[in-house]
Amino acid sequence: MVAPPVPESAQLPEELSDRHPEALLPTPTPLHLLDANGREVDSRLSMPEEDVLLDLYRRMVVGRRFDAQATALTKQGRLAVYPSSRGQEACEVGAVVALRPQDWLFPTYRDSVALVTRGVDPMETLTLLRGDWHLGYDPYEYRVAPQCTPLATNTLHAVGLAHAATVKGEDTVALVLLGDGATSEGDTHEALNFAAVWKSPVVFLVQNNGYAISVPLAKQTAAPSLAHKGIGYGMPSVLVDGNDAAAVHVVVREAVERAATGHGPTLIEALTYRIESHTNADDAQRYRDDAEVAAWLERDPIDRLERYLTARGLLGEDARAAITAEAEGLASRVRAGMNADVEVDPMSLFQHVYAQPTLQLRAQQQLLTDELLQEAE
Amino acid sequence: MTATLGAPPAAAPVTMASALNRALADALEADDRVLVFGEDVGTLGGVFRITDGLAARFGDRRVFDTPLAESGIVGTAIGMAMNGLLPVVEMQFDAFAYPAFEQVTSHLAKMRNRTRGAVGLPVVIRVPYGGGIGGVEHHCDSSEAYYTHTSGLRVVAPGTPGDAYDLLRAAIDCPDPVIFLEPKRRYWSKETTTLGAAPLPIDRAAVRRAGSDVTLIAYGGMLATALEAAEAAVEEGWDVEVVDLRTLAPFDDDTVAASVRRTGRAVVVHEAQRFGGYGAEVAARLTEQCFHHLAAPVLRVTGFDIPYPAPKLEEHHLPSVDRILDAVARLQWDDQVEPPRKGY
Ligand SMILES: Cc1ncc(C[n+]2csc(CCOP(=O)(O)OP(=O)(O)O)c2C)c(N)n1
Ligand SMILES: [Mg+2]
Repeated sequence: MVAPPVPESAQLPEELSDRHPEALLPTPTPLHLLDANGREVDSRLSMPEEDVLLDLYRRMVVGRRFDAQATALTKQGRLAVYPSSRGQEACEVGAVVALRPQDWLFPTYRDSVALVTRGVDPMETLTLLRGDWHLGYDPYEYRVAPQCTPLATNTLHAVGLAHAATVKGEDTVALVLLGDGATSEGDTHEALNFAAVWKSPVVFLVQNNGYAISVPLAKQTAAPSLAHKGIGYGMPSVLVDGNDAAAVHVVVREAVERAATGHGPTLIEALTYRIESHTNADDAQRYRDDAEVAAWLERDPIDRLERYLTARGLLGEDARAAITAEAEGLASRVRAGMNADVEVDPMSLFQHVYAQPTLQLRAQQQLLTDELLQEAE
Repeated sequence: MTATLGAPPAAAPVTMASALNRALADALEADDRVLVFGEDVGTLGGVFRITDGLAARFGDRRVFDTPLAESGIVGTAIGMAMNGLLPVVEMQFDAFAYPAFEQVTSHLAKMRNRTRGAVGLPVVIRVPYGGGIGGVEHHCDSSEAYYTHTSGLRVVAPGTPGDAYDLLRAAIDCPDPVIFLEPKRRYWSKETTTLGAAPLPIDRAAVRRAGSDVTLIAYGGMLATALEAAEAAVEEGWDVEVVDLRTLAPFDDDTVAASVRRTGRAVVVHEAQRFGGYGAEVAARLTEQCFHHLAAPVLRVTGFDIPYPAPKLEEHHLPSVDRILDAVARLQWDDQVEPPRKGY
């Protein structure tokens, strides 16, 4: 791939910079820092610091191991379902590492690796998919909203939370993750528009992994790219190579900075690929061929960064071994945790529907209590 | 509020619209976290003028016009509530709240439960609802059953100006999400009252007229009609009690069942369509709870099972005093000739 030209925005006179169409458009080709072989390319982006790169690499390796373990647990019936993000680690990790502690993450069902990267306890991450409860963690503890399944609805929550931060004078940015398919939902449109009008501190990261379950992007949109949609809202947009962790990290970090300094939202489209089926319950062979998958395996985000780090002498055998050990340690903790049976409390069904259970819910709880007592006898 | 110091304010005639406006102003005054937003609620003061003057008084950070998108309004309100604010949003008309339905049912109603109490969403959604104002299609729906069927929501429908004030203040103070249904046909009806003088708790029904023969159960726009029917029934020799539900969900079983046990007969009145309507739930509950006190089946007086009619035909659809009296007449009185109507 040829390095993209410096975007015109850099050359625009000050008075045109804010809303001028040229300043909002994405580059014609995705921004990147490393080519598929891990070689540094000319880019308007500057390469992150070495410790950041090592951190991205380590987290991607650990994240992929977590993801593989979760998929394995579905086969053993320990998880009801798992949507894998294998192949999308550069997005899951690169973006989240760009967040500051006070920022918020609004993830989807696809983004368990993003949660783990943000520090959410892996067991708490899997509560939903194990079927214990709809959510295993306290959103305020990690500043991570519940993983969102109704597509694109989380985009509006992110805008609202970010707008509230502005109203309250807080320095908080909201990063919302969504898929290519979700960009067709009305809520995405409404959220981009609200965020742009309100100049909310939000970063929209679209992980374009080529498919919405079975439906390819060509059936989803006629736009030149998903990033091009930003211009219609007056929002600057970025197209980035979503398998280049360094590039994803830098563009998200820039967008977080823009948002935090009062310059409003950014739309980022990251081009990536979902290596596994939509979930373990899906069969991707029904709608895509192996050659396509093989081609994307050649562009693996972890291999790419590994080659770069190794060539630069930044990733020795010891470091590699330590990372592998960390990943295996996590996997075995997840296995042990998931193999233990968890007590689920039937009474919790009634506790949090309202701030105080209604009289009707108390009566229904009594009914269930009686039934359980009878069963026990 | 300084003007109210000293002698208590005298009772004065007030419309429901101005009572709601006062409730919003007083809530904005009382708590910095309260925000009011929606379509045209800022400069214009809302198409029904319920937010009149609020943007000028409290500034456009706290009272503002949003882009025109109902899901956007509710969805962003959810995010704001997650971040500690108390959004009070306006849907311009009942049927125009439907684009927000997914945000309401999948998130607003469920968030507290799915987060095991960690994230409550104290959002109030104000919805001018119902007919009787000659509105064209999509401006007159009674959408309460969609909301009352959704666990996690509170659904409120005031019937008088004084209660509109109290219930809106209580809704804004409530930690749960509240769908606040404002009967637009009663926006301009007046009551002589002192706003906020003696509020009832949000989730209690109220006996608005005591009577011994039959209980009419109504709310929102139908309360006044039910009270009118109760007065007209005096001539027929019936002593009619009227219960104003105020809050539709959660339901105040105690107050309603106590009334029906006293009178032994009940009619539920609402504008909304009949089938699967809110009245069916009320009738079923009363049958379960008061069966041995009932002298007749619980009847429903409702709109027909039709899309809301055009203005020139709405009078035939809306429950009238006569239709309520007709139902009362069919409650198996000793001298009764007419049986309850069946199968409609
Ligand atoms: C509103 C809504 N419609 C349909 C679905 C069912 N569904 C779940 S995931 C999915 C595909 C989403 O594709 P995309 O946004 O590209 O995200 P990806 O799964 O590829 O990460 C669909 C149709 C849903 N969850 N929500
Ligand atoms: Mg996709």
